[in-house]
Amino acid sequence: MKKANRGNLPALVLFFALLMLWQLGAMKMNAAYILPTPTQILQRLWELREPLLMTHLPATMSVTLIGLGISLVLGLALAVIMDVSPLCQKALYPIVVASQTIPTTAIAPLFVLWFGYGIWSKVLVAVLITFFPITITVYDGLQSARVEMAELLTTFGATRRDVFLKIKVPCALPYFFSAIKMAVPMSIIGAAIGEWLGAQSGLGYFSRRMMTQLDGAGVFAPIVLLSAVAMLAVALIAVIEKRVVKWRGEF
Amino acid sequence: MSVLEFDKVTYRYPGDDKNILENLSFAVEPGSFHCILGVSGCGKSTIFRLTNGLLHQTEGRVLVGGEPVGGRRHVCGYMPQKDLLFPWRTVGENLALPMEIRGGIPKKEQLLRIDAALAQVGLAGCRGKRPDELSGGMRQRAAFARTMLTGSDLLLLDEPFSALDFLTRLTMQEWLLDQWRTTGKTILFITHDVEEALFLSSSVLVVESTPIRSLREIRVPLGADRTRRDLTRPELVELREELIGMLRKQVTE
Ligand SMILES: Nc1ncnc2c1ncn2[C@@H]1O[C@H](COP(=O)(O)OP(=O)(O)OP(=O)(O)O)[C@@H](O)[C@H]1O
Ligand SMILES: [Mg+2]
Repeated sequence: MKKANRGNLPALVLFFALLMLWQLGAMKMNAAYILPTPTQILQRLWELREPLLMTHLPATMSVTLIGLGISLVLGLALAVIMDVSPLCQKALYPIVVASQTIPTTAIAPLFVLWFGYGIWSKVLVAVLITFFPITITVYDGLQSARVEMAELLTTFGATRRDVFLKIKVPCALPYFFSAIKMAVPMSIIGAAIGEWLGAQSGLGYFSRRMMTQLDGAGVFAPIVLLSAVAMLAVALIAVIEKRVVKWRGEF
Repeated sequence: MSVLEFDKVTYRYPGDDKNILENLSFAVEPGSFHCILGVSGCGKSTIFRLTNGLLHQTEGRVLVGGEPVGGRRHVCGYMPQKDLLFPWRTVGENLALPMEIRGGIPKKEQLLRIDAALAQVGLAGCRGKRPDELSGGMRQRAAFARTMLTGSDLLLLDEPFSALDFLTRLTMQEWLLDQWRTTGKTILFITHDVEEALFLSSSVLVVESTPIRSLREIRVPLGADRTRRDLTRPELVELREELIGMLRKQVTE
């Protein structure tokens, strides 16, 4: 993200080249209901801006944020518990890892059955997808604290709490930011999948509805919007990270 | 009264089948500067870790300032083999650590002490710098200042200069002697460099075998106002050879 701002010309060129290719290919194929051109998508995005921005984006964002919030609380709590108690680590770690083998998208329809078309079935999908990377990454961050540093602090008379606050937390901070940068897009994807499976509003739901109407550009438009929001969010977090974490690696 | 006393101390790492210290007794008098000299892996750092309370002896007593070490929160100043400045804290914030942990010292007073300590180690004006902005020698001096700010009279320095280049090491040795003369602290200094041991200490404590049953005390016939030139005097050259011989014997044993 750091270098993305300057000197990333090759990537930009390639990106636009691919867009051009898409544009030409789609124009040649001339089947907008399955493969719309980028310009058609942008146009549709503009036409649909009212419902997309006023109703569906807020719906998806609230699922994303609630899901992310729950994942953060859950993930941080699990990470701290596993770091503090080796016994809990032994008991929890395999379960947390195993939870990742659950094909969330495949059983998500069940969540809709259990929790209905309301917001909570989607939140559950988002949480299931994001709490794992948060837990594991933050746990790794806490564990990355060097034993020698803790020992040094102990000779100053530090308690376990001192060691946690003055060493573990700063060590885990860069990891924490990586985790959030990973989790934000995943949470958005989770929310969209949940909505795709059944909802009354949201960008995922909207995309699906356009699908049934054979409106190809209408399917893509909300997805483009989602990607843009995800990128913006990650960029914002990167800015905050730069302010907070002024040091890097290397002890 | 001794600052530090080992009284028939035995230690064995959990899971090991032989002792690393066995019935070891020695005492350190206040204001002295001793180097502990021994080959790598002979158990020098273990002696420090028993002194600062990170390890607890299997048998015997370790007394610092006449009191047993076990159960005390802060025992002595300890500077580990690497400088271990926390990279997320500025130099000043690093120096504040011992005072933060101890508690009860107002921020203003902390700042005064930090500035004084930095000035004393020749790092005045470096308080707001990040550790990675300092050179190796400066980092060691900052870490030393932090050790001083623990307020202890006994300082344990574990090979503090071994990672420095040759010339910086020489400068730092002279600098440390100077610090010792002005502060009057008791310093125990681990090294496996014979010249370093001779130049720094009033007497060298040689580890002759593992398990360590005794430390052989060798007096260095130089005063506190020594210079590096003194190391070329015949009796010191001879002493150096003698010490190297002792270490060699230990290696081949
Ligand atoms: N945590 C530990 N558990 C088991 N054995 C250990 C442990 N730490 C050190 N040892 C062993 O104890 C011996 C002495 O270690 P120590 O660190 O005291 O040596 P040292 O003299 O300081 O060596 P060096 O000069 O390399 O620092 C070594 O042989 C090492 O293998
Ligand atoms: Mg050692």
